[in-house]
Amino acid sequence: MRFLRLTLLVSFFLLGPIGAYAHEFKVGDIEITHPWARATPPGATVGGGYLTITNHGSQPDRLTAVSTPIAGMTQLHRMTMEGDIAKMEELPDGIEIPPGASVELKPQSLHIMFMALKKPFKEKESFEAELTFEKAGKVTVEFEIEPMDADGSMDMNME
Amino acid sequence: MPSSHPALGRMVAAAATAVAVSAAAVIYLTHPASDRVPGISTHAEIGGPFRLTAPDGAVVDSQDLKGKPYAVFFGFTHCPDVCPTTLSQVSRTLHELGPEAKDLRVYFITVDPERDRPDVLRDYLSNFDSRIVGLWGTPDQIAVVAKEFKAFYEKVPTSDGGYTMNHTAILYLMDRNGEYSAPVGYAEDEASYLAKFRALLEGS
Repeated sequence: MRFLRLTLLVSFFLLGPIGAYAHEFKVGDIEITHPWARATPPGATVGGGYLTITNHGSQPDRLTAVSTPIAGMTQLHRMTMEGDIAKMEELPDGIEIPPGASVELKPQSLHIMFMALKKPFKEKESFEAELTFEKAGKVTVEFEIEPMDADGSMDMNME
Repeated sequence: MPSSHPALGRMVAAAATAVAVSAAAVIYLTHPASDRVPGISTHAEIGGPFRLTAPDGAVVDSQDLKGKPYAVFFGFTHCPDVCPTTLSQVSRTLHELGPEAKDLRVYFITVDPERDRPDVLRDYLSNFDSRIVGLWGTPDQIAVVAKEFKAFYEKVPTSDGGYTMNHTAILYLMDRNGEYSAPVGYAEDEASYLAKFRALLEGS
């Protein structure tokens, strides 16, 4: 019994961080991995949200909307660097997820733009948001808030 | 946008974005290449005098900075990626340098003076290293300073009637004579920040 308890305790410490960061959500053929957001400076009214979407189906699907009580408005954006210029572009038609493919929303790339934030994103906190897919429908996922300069790689979080 | 025609609304938004992006491309492409790569442009071409307002109301005049190196970044607070990450990197670098960089100032010049009023800048920067100072000016003043630094910025309309911005994501390091010394680019890592800041502090 004592051994079992110890094993459970050790497992908790070993697996705890993995469970916390590598979290997954499913709806229909769509699987969502590791939704996360960056902490925001005080008074900031916008924040970026990131996650990986995998389409296990045989038809393309599309992330069309995201909503959450913590933001007054949410859009899907793409950031690109053109030389030294950071460019932002809204994607009003959403983000297509081809069949059998994974699309990663990440810094300097596709991202969810949380706007009119009701309060800043604080590191180590989390919040829920509802994702809407054209075919798979709606799913609620939990975003973990990571440091302001995190790049979302799990290695970094496990340090 | 008329809600009865969501497709039309999307088309209008897409067209507006396309126009903005094309305009940016024209400006970008018609800029001499040397302007876009500060590393190989003549150093004297970048930088110039400025007088802008800090959140505490103090006027920061580049003439008064003679003898002290400083750095300049053009950003805005409605910026989800480049600005907070650059400010975090700068904070970490200044912290690492400690007293060695006690007189070094890093100016975060807003390219969105309509939304980033001085009090907004103060709050936004309050959790970063105190050597980072927000600077505000009228849209005309900001345009003049950005031009001196060959920094590009423009509004990009969004479907909600608001806007986001495209902007140059370079940290300009200026030496103690007020002359442009080196750029730090967005993708550079902590070691690179540290090395460039040290070189700036040790430079003539």
